[in-house]
Amino acid sequence: MSENELIPHLFRTEYRKITAVLCKLFGFEHIEVAEDIASDTFLAASEIWGLKGLPENPVAWLYTVAKNKARNFLKHENVFHNKVAKQLQHSGAGGEEPDIDLSVQNIKDSQLQMIFAICHPSIPLEAQIGLALRILCGFGITEIADAFLTNKETISKRLVRAREKLREENITIEFPAPAEINKRLETVLTTLYLLFNEGYYSASDNSTLRKDLCLEAMRLTYLLMENDSTDTPAVNALLSLMCFQSSRFDARLDQSGEVVLYDDQDVSLWDKELIDKGSYFLHRASQGSQLSKYHLEAGIAYWHTHKADTPEKWENILQLYNHLLQLEYSPVAALNRTYVLSKANGKAEAIIEAEKLALDPLFQYHLLLGELYTGINNTRAAECFEKALTLTHSAADKKIIARKIGQCR
Amino acid sequence: MKDFLLVFRNDASAAPQGSPEEMQAWTKRWMDWVGGIAAQNKLADRGNRLVAEGKVVRPGKLVTDGPYTEIKESIGGYTLIKAASLEEAVSLAEGCPILLVGGNVEVRQINPM
Repeated sequence: MSENELIPHLFRTEYRKITAVLCKLFGFEHIEVAEDIASDTFLAASEIWGLKGLPENPVAWLYTVAKNKARNFLKHENVFHNKVAKQLQHSGAGGEEPDIDLSVQNIKDSQLQMIFAICHPSIPLEAQIGLALRILCGFGITEIADAFLTNKETISKRLVRAREKLREENITIEFPAPAEINKRLETVLTTLYLLFNEGYYSASDNSTLRKDLCLEAMRLTYLLMENDSTDTPAVNALLSLMCFQSSRFDARLDQSGEVVLYDDQDVSLWDKELIDKGSYFLHRASQGSQLSKYHLEAGIAYWHTHKADTPEKWENILQLYNHLLQLEYSPVAALNRTYVLSKANGKAEAIIEAEKLALDPLFQYHLLLGELYTGINNTRAAECFEKALTLTHSAADKKIIARKIGQCR
Repeated sequence: MKDFLLVFRNDASAAPQGSPEEMQAWTKRWMDWVGGIAAQNKLADRGNRLVAEGKVVRPGKLVTDGPYTEIKESIGGYTLIKAASLEEAVSLAEGCPILLVGGNVEVRQINPM
């Protein structure tokens, strides 16, 4: 890897580690300092490596520079120094020269604690996701703006507000008490689930970025799975769901970047290894009596890794959706359940149920109705597709819908 | 939206009994019906089934077996749904599979305390 490729690569893997460790040391009061030191470290690397060539061990070089910068900061910030020194003495680490611990274990612990701190119930969900992308995943402002189809200013403002919120709420970077872990994990899993979905279903055209989002969500969930106290059935179920879904990543887009619908996908492009991993985590998730919505969604995703249209497949998926909707209603689950109902029980029954859903503002609702009426009442189907067309702004969706209108004429 | 209690009554001695396949088909009917209500976001609480055997406690330490000494019908379970009106709650109840085997559904609006 050349220096030009290496720095962005290391930025992605090391920025978040340095930030997590320093932020843990400084507290959220000085989160910007932690982020600045991490950024400055990379700035120094790009300048010095450009002149002198790559160091023997680039990662160790980054850690040394980050440590020195952190030490300088601690020395020069008097008030802050006193505070941190007190804390360090308190924790037995004492002394004038605080040890800035960038060991593998401390990086892992700091990152896990950071996940809990950022995914805190008192932080608005949107802010959690922004902070997670910036601090836990090391995404740049431009990348985050791109993922959310918005501009850099909006994202910057959102992040400033989110950091203020962390301070206002006095959130500390630590593991929740054992009795609280399951409750706190719920918020963490919601955020990781949304982060993954943001990548998987995002309207952004940048498919590399979208894949990165999914991989980052998986990496963070993996961190939770590796830690004994957070290795719960729900964590494994979410990880399983993510593996099954991402196994189709490469099959979902054709060479020109056009969306390939599930029915038309080339199964040989599905990632076998990820499917196997998904099964492995689903197996781990089924130990214990806990049944989360992630279990049900992972089950649904598992059946989708079977391409063949068997009655068994659709019946199983239908019952999983029935169960999922009883746990938690969502319009997407309601629409999917009704589509699956048509596969398991036939279109006639599904049309009756679909007409009851009352999800008129959603283009997907009219798309579903069009799909169900196709072959039964093509005039009605075309009307539904036309309605869907007026409700979506996505060029990719419009293309797919226009094709369907053509097919029922 | 108001909450309504659906009470399922059936002749306990005539509870559906059949082959595993028939029982599975019976469970599927219930699951599809409840899933359909949930898909309309009108399920408040799935509720539960009730065990057939029970006791009725009356004044004077009089305890009798089951509520069905005179009538054969007993409560087999309950579900809570959300509906805009009693009429809508009734129309949701009309899909209940218990009606296919001679049972009935009582629909009652919850009157919160």
